[in-house]
Amino acid sequence: MSSIGTGYDLSASQFSPDGRVFQVEYAMKAVENSGTVIGLKGSDGIVLAAEKLILSKLHEPSTNQRIFNIDQHIGMAFSGLIADARQIVQIARREAAEYRQQYRLSIPLKYLNDRVSMYMHAYTLYSAIRPYGCSVILSGYENGEPVMYTIDPSGVSYGNLGCATGKAKQSAKTEIEKLKLSQMPCRELVKEAAKIIYLVHDELKDKNFELELSWVCKDSNGHHQRVPENVYQEAEKAAKQAMEADSESDNEDM
Amino acid sequence: MELANDWMNAAHSTGTSIMAATFDGGVVVGADSRTTTGAYIANRVTDKLTKVTDHIYCCRSGSAADTQAIADIVGYHLEFHSMELGEEPLVEVGANVFKELCYNYRDSLSAGILVAGWDKKHGGQIYSIPIGGMCVKQSVSIGGSGSSYVYGYVDSNYKLNMTKDECVKFVITTLALAMSRDGSSGGVVRVGIITEKGVERKVVLGDELPKFFEE
Repeated sequence: MSSIGTGYDLSASQFSPDGRVFQVEYAMKAVENSGTVIGLKGSDGIVLAAEKLILSKLHEPSTNQRIFNIDQHIGMAFSGLIADARQIVQIARREAAEYRQQYRLSIPLKYLNDRVSMYMHAYTLYSAIRPYGCSVILSGYENGEPVMYTIDPSGVSYGNLGCATGKAKQSAKTEIEKLKLSQMPCRELVKEAAKIIYLVHDELKDKNFELELSWVCKDSNGHHQRVPENVYQEAEKAAKQAMEADSESDNEDM
Repeated sequence: MELANDWMNAAHSTGTSIMAATFDGGVVVGADSRTTTGAYIANRVTDKLTKVTDHIYCCRSGSAADTQAIADIVGYHLEFHSMELGEEPLVEVGANVFKELCYNYRDSLSAGILVAGWDKKHGGQIYSIPIGGMCVKQSVSIGGSGSSYVYGYVDSNYKLNMTKDECVKFVITTLALAMSRDGSSGGVVRVGIITEKGVERKVVLGDELPKFFEE
């Protein structure tokens, strides 16, 4: 314990002298090691896109998904530890189902967000447990309005128009800020989302990845689902073309 | 020792006439005012129209103790729910909370409840929850022991989209008919009119009730 700030990181139940909780900050690091996930809120719905890094040549496509259905009208994407996230998914699904059972209505996303973030926050308070090593993005479509929230391992949640977590969250956020989100329908947003994931993917460090795309919007009848195959192909094609155009212009510069 | 009715030990119950009817812009709830303990009238001016939230009322029939307790519990749940959501609960939500309790504890409860109210989404609504814990949405609904005598009257006289005054008159007449035939209904008629503005209460005293053929 030579200097201030060391020795205070072994437990989530202890502050450091300058008022930080190191365990929570380490959990944020776990999130930053995982593939990028973005969420875009457009004029008629929300698109979620995930960069699923593939570590093994033997990986079966479409397994180890990073985007989940929580309820008919709610989707969740995460970055961070997959096992931790699956537990959050389970909690969220249970909350949604219980709400429906009690009130015979689909759960409002605002309320689900409160419940899940409170749950995650509880894991930053005790010495015997560790915080969740994942950030989640909740997307929903209710009464014709798209809604989106992100929750950090600290249990803090934000309502967003566009958001990004994971490895390349900074550059993804910069790209998202360039879009005029509120004027774009989901059909277009899907392409933009695919482009951003392809753009921020670091080919040198992580070779293979699979793109995951989901939406919850007017076109999907207010249901959260993976985008249809033809829309997916179109978006991936647009992203690849954009990448090629990008590298050609880079060559011209040289 | 069966010398007389065992009213000292019998449970209070609202052998009742209750009803609710939707009209253009809201819903009218109504009830008689008799609470009996066996053959003894324990209260002749009971209020069986119980407030659950500002825009949701319930008409109670069955055991007075059971239905009062259920109404209190549902009131608590809906209050909590509206604090969490920051808006008034839908009538549908209220009815479902009633139903959950009535169904889950169906073996120990004796409660037949009409849930009626107004909300922004669907306007005036009525949900009937009879003994057993079923829940059905209806435009007009009657309940309690007195209701058996007036099904025909309701079927032939209720119309959709009545005016408020027509609807109030319909409810008072129906209840007066039920009360005159049913021995365990009587007293005054209490009415509540639930609209966007809230609730307006009325009482029709026994001597002011409409008269019918009597011989």
